[in-house]
Amino acid sequence: MGEGMRERLRGPEELERWRERLRRERDPSALLFTVNVRSACGLAAGSEEVAKRLEEEVEGRGLAGRIVRTGCNGFCEKEPVVTVYPDETFYVGVRSEDVPELVEGVEKGKVVDRLLYQDPVTGQRIRKASDLPFYRHQQKLLLSLNGRIDPTRIEDYIAEGGYRALAKALFELTPEQVLEEVKRSGLRGRGGGGFPTGRKWETTRKAPGEPKYVIVNCDEGDPGAFMDRSLMEGNPHSVLEGLIIGAYAIGSHQGFIYVREEYPLAVENIGIAIEQARECGLLGEDILGSGFDFEVEVHRGAGAFVSGESSALMTAIEGRVGEPRPKYIHTAVKGIHDKPSCLNNVETWANVPLIILNGAEWFRKIGTEGSPGTKIFSLVGKVNNTGLVEVPMGITLRKIIFEIGGGIKGGKRFKAVQTGGPSGGVIPEQYLDTPVDFDELTKLGSMMGSGGMIVMDEDTCMVDVARFFIHFLLEESCGKCIPCREGLRVLDRILTDLCLGKGKEEDLKTIEEICEAMAEASLCALGTTAVNPVLTTMRYFGEEYEAHLKGRCPAKVCKALTAYFINPDKCQGCLVCFKNCPTGAIQGEREMVHVIEQEKCIKCGICYAVCPFGAVEKLSPPVAPPATYGIKAKKEVRK
Amino acid sequence: MKEVTLEIDGKVVRAKEGMTILQAAKEAGIEIPTLCYHEEMEPYGVCRICVVEIERGGRSRTVASCCYPVEEGLKVRTRTPKIERVRKTILELAAITAGEDVGGEVRALAFQYGANLSRFVSLGLVEPSKCILCGLCVRRCIEAQWDNAIDFVGRGVGRRVALMPGKEEACKTCSYCYRVCPTGRITSFGPNPPFSPP
Repeated sequence: MGEGMRERLRGPEELERWRERLRRERDPSALLFTVNVRSACGLAAGSEEVAKRLEEEVEGRGLAGRIVRTGCNGFCEKEPVVTVYPDETFYVGVRSEDVPELVEGVEKGKVVDRLLYQDPVTGQRIRKASDLPFYRHQQKLLLSLNGRIDPTRIEDYIAEGGYRALAKALFELTPEQVLEEVKRSGLRGRGGGGFPTGRKWETTRKAPGEPKYVIVNCDEGDPGAFMDRSLMEGNPHSVLEGLIIGAYAIGSHQGFIYVREEYPLAVENIGIAIEQARECGLLGEDILGSGFDFEVEVHRGAGAFVSGESSALMTAIEGRVGEPRPKYIHTAVKGIHDKPSCLNNVETWANVPLIILNGAEWFRKIGTEGSPGTKIFSLVGKVNNTGLVEVPMGITLRKIIFEIGGGIKGGKRFKAVQTGGPSGGVIPEQYLDTPVDFDELTKLGSMMGSGGMIVMDEDTCMVDVARFFIHFLLEESCGKCIPCREGLRVLDRILTDLCLGKGKEEDLKTIEEICEAMAEASLCALGTTAVNPVLTTMRYFGEEYEAHLKGRCPAKVCKALTAYFINPDKCQGCLVCFKNCPTGAIQGEREMVHVIEQEKCIKCGICYAVCPFGAVEKLSPPVAPPATYGIKAKKEVRK
Repeated sequence: MKEVTLEIDGKVVRAKEGMTILQAAKEAGIEIPTLCYHEEMEPYGVCRICVVEIERGGRSRTVASCCYPVEEGLKVRTRTPKIERVRKTILELAAITAGEDVGGEVRALAFQYGANLSRFVSLGLVEPSKCILCGLCVRRCIEAQWDNAIDFVGRGVGRRVALMPGKEEACKTCSYCYRVCPTGRITSFGPNPPFSPP
């Protein structure tokens, strides 16, 4: 590659010279393939096989092309993705058997149409990623390098302008000026609380006591969320650079990067990044010859959801069980070993280099007045385009779900979106035009959280949704305080009973009382916010709770409250359901109306799915007119 | 030491900086109920029965008084309707593991707050162990220099107090935990009951 051994950089000029050399060596018109291999989602989709095949194929044909293994591009729905530079052709869903055709196309200057993204609405094939509806409405600041650079090579990051912000902070700004810039930018913590980052930094800086610590929280444990993971896997240097700048501003010389054990690739990539940064003199003693020392250590978390809570995380770093503790004195003042400790999540730190490099004014122009900047969401659930989405704050939920997300799967109706992970709330259709920022979501009883966004369609039961999240939190609670541990236990039981049709009239009042005690009195945010999914589903979908009390599940999800029946008027006596039923619950003969024996039925729904005539009906409450055996099926008149 | 002035239930109270609301209230003769607090031990803040409402900068918040440090000008209310409701619910929730026949301070407070100790117990969620997991015994054991004869094991609803393996002999030598238990659960000490093996 001609990049040779890494040398210790002794000043901002050397960094710039190196960058220029790296850029010169990289001909922008040269052939380049990027494959999303350095991401858990890409690996699962088989991107490594694609990359290997690409290498063989490129070499076999004697092409002068480079293959770069990048992080996640965000479009998880269509992985593995291959982008061919310089013309930026974007191939989706590439299998290794597609590779020869793809490379042959590149050699002959032809585009392989069938591997391009096809717009589901217009049916048109789209060649460039930036023209895809999924990417068009996004504004990628933090994720812009994710699909372009190899996260295991610091040269890739440097060539794209990496560590320039650090050099600027160390050589052109005093720590106070860095702090001031972050304060003026209005950056708010992306972990969920939305606390002003600059103010948190300042608290730690001014707090008495040495040493001071800085910490990266990469303990994302929300179901369906992977923002921090992708950033840590795909661009670890941006997080590290932000952390070093923060340490300089705060006056810290020791940092911790807390990564949950379930993110092995994130652990690996940040480890490599740390090693390379140290080799280059961007970390350790006398960084870039500035006289500033900073060391960092990776702490592998045991993967408990509650360990993401700041005081619990710090307790874990101290080497004890990751349980939260009362923190009326902020961890920014008394954190690890009671020393001032500034904790921010992955995305927050990654914003810092951008702010330092481009200035607070630039940052404030993005997003809203109260919530500047962009936010990464992981868009999952019943939406066509699932994946990672980076958008300016203030964009509406409708735009995220219907334009970027491509609308609801299978043409179903939108019902609600759950934002903020298990402790967030659901937001119904009437608020789809709400601009997304910290304050607006809180007003609706939900929250930004770390950015999980779960889209639900008409086939979702809101009582069941509340039960799911409460059950998740029950299993993740540390069990230290009474309101959270026992409150969740009772809520779980009551919601489960409701879903089983065993609810009692007084249950709704009991839920409210427990929610109040939990929200007011729990020790940490896991308990105080756990009530959000329950309270918002009750607020916006109260009629579903009432219906469950009466033995009915309007969305026909709760198995105990639904049953399958065959409509005798539609049944054609074709035996398809009969043959597919796994429990032999269907009685039928050719051309005779079939009947489901309810005692044998396990409500798997296979009959419902396979019936070609729509004769199987799902009913709630589970009562249908008694069907009689032995009637001849009414033949449909086919025209 | 610096002194601060605050207001608790309308009463002006002077307290030393670094004290908690609970301590300041006690000195002023205002009772706040506690279950996991012991004046000889560090506050732990897990039973949450000592919650009070505070007002700062026009905004009110509920905090655990055993951990919250006093501040100049702080307004504290210890017995609002909301606080009474929350305490009643906490006692009812505590009874799930404590059992409706629980004794000690839990029973006394349940009477005072009108808590129905059988309310959730009747859901049959768990076999009551008389323990509310307040951790007083565990903390007492650590501070008694017995090198942690007992400790918490398990997480969440699986959390319980257990005798650590190999500590049977040490456990026989004192009765400190017995004296601090707020439920009357610890009836004897020694290697077998009352603590379960981990």
